[in-house]
Amino acid sequence: MAQIPIIHLSDVLIVTTQDAISDTDALDLQDQITTAIERTGAKGLIIDISALDIVDSFLGRMLNDIAAMARLMGTKTALVGIQPAVAITLIELGLELRGISTALNVEQALRTLGARIARQT
Amino acid sequence: MAPELLPIRVTIQREEDIIRARQQGRDMARSLGFGAVDQSRIATAISELTRNILRYAGTGTAILRPATQGARRGIEIICEDEGPGISDIPFVMQEGVTTGKGLGIGLPGTQRLMDEMKIESQVGQGTTVTIRKWLR
Amino acid sequence: MPVNSLPDSSLSDVIAQHQQAIVDANVTAQQTTRAAQLMTADDLRQQSKTLLDQLQRGNSYDPDAPEFAPLRQALAKLSRTRALQGFTPSETARFIFSLKDTIVPFMEQQLAANPLDLARQIQAFNRLLDAFGLTTFETYVEERESLIREQSSALLELSTPVVQVWDGILALPIVGSIDTARTQQIMESLLTRIIETGSSIVIMDITGVPVVDTAVAKHLLQTGAAARLLGAEVVIVGISARIAQTIIHLGVDLSAVVTRTTLAKGLEYAFARTGQRVVRVAASLNESAQGE
Repeated sequence: MAQIPIIHLSDVLIVTTQDAISDTDALDLQDQITTAIERTGAKGLIIDISALDIVDSFLGRMLNDIAAMARLMGTKTALVGIQPAVAITLIELGLELRGISTALNVEQALRTLGARIARQT
Repeated sequence: MAPELLPIRVTIQREEDIIRARQQGRDMARSLGFGAVDQSRIATAISELTRNILRYAGTGTAILRPATQGARRGIEIICEDEGPGISDIPFVMQEGVTTGKGLGIGLPGTQRLMDEMKIESQVGQGTTVTIRKWLR
Repeated sequence: MPVNSLPDSSLSDVIAQHQQAIVDANVTAQQTTRAAQLMTADDLRQQSKTLLDQLQRGNSYDPDAPEFAPLRQALAKLSRTRALQGFTPSETARFIFSLKDTIVPFMEQQLAANPLDLARQIQAFNRLLDAFGLTTFETYVEERESLIREQSSALLELSTPVVQVWDGILALPIVGSIDTARTQQIMESLLTRIIETGSSIVIMDITGVPVVDTAVAKHLLQTGAAARLLGAEVVIVGISARIAQTIIHLGVDLSAVVTRTTLAKGLEYAFARTGQRVVRVAASLNESAQGE
């Protein structure tokens, strides 16, 4: 499957998903991200899912897991770009994604992540 | 006036089929006049059910079609497989089975997203889940 | 032999020969009803004539016959128009039924020589018009329900405006009770506004919500959770002493949400969170106005 581009910007990794993620893609993503964190030592991770118009329970849990793995490696995660319809569907499914921080877009995420990272170091 | 929509039959054998089924479901929902949020609900419900087919039965079918009931119009999806079947339906419909770390089978969540859901299952023979959502 | 399959020699002939008289009789009969007040005599005449033409063309006693398709359509249209004009469904149905009274005498004339045939034809005719009268009733009900749905939807949208009170701060005053349908509508408009304005704080004011029980609390929490997924923090204000007691007694867990008693206090919190402050620059409006 296609590699999802991971951008390294100062101390932050930015991952932008394409328009549909299969279950295998999601597991691969977990692997790619954790490897990238290990390699770069990035303190922040932004996952941009603005291209996704469907997020089901499997992907929801995957995203939670990725944030949890990142946290174990000392990295703070922000999930950005959730479409309104997706947000409402996730809430009704019962997935509030409490384990992961959120922001409206990459710009806002960079700002808040910056503050959170600064507080930590 | 939109042309009559024909039922769509999707064979579920691989992961790509989950994506295909939910995309077709979303398209049909849009053609029927469902709004963006309902399209998302319907597509997500299809995703949950077809994943169950793949996980528990290995293979199955999803049938997507318009539904009518008197003056009501909507969409109906039937997901069927010949897998192991569910021995305790009330149990799998409980909350705790989906939330938390385990895989869960997403049925209570799916029920919340749709207006109607019916599960028919025989141990050793298979399972059929029918879901419906109506236009408001 | 089933009544519906009787050859309809009589009805069409009767209408064909006596249409003018039937229309006149019908219009006269309508004079005592509300139809006369709500419609002009010419309109009534026209409606009667159209219906008779189509009854004649149908040439059958079977209300479901394809030949009656134009008539069924015309009846549906009639029913809808009358619904909008303010007729009750009974009045519209009675308009159809009244055709029985005006036409039957002519059928009696036509078939006087054969009473048995006359009896059967009248029975078939009555059944036919009964079926059509009922159709108008059904169409009326569908029309009203569709209207109510439209109005409810419009009302729902008006009832919960999302207001941008400051840069990055939205206020959502909720008045009235909240059910699942309303919550969904609120979530949709709130999330859209968050994206439009790029806001990071939403103040939900429940001062106008009469009852806060477990269900309402769940809806509020769901709305908050949805806003959070878009990166916005939710502050619930309007927590009165009574509501505070109810929530704790019910065991509802609002610990994940910031709450305050008034909108003003909520704003204070929102300003602090967004790194803003309100500063007084003049003692009063009058002072600064003098300088201009």
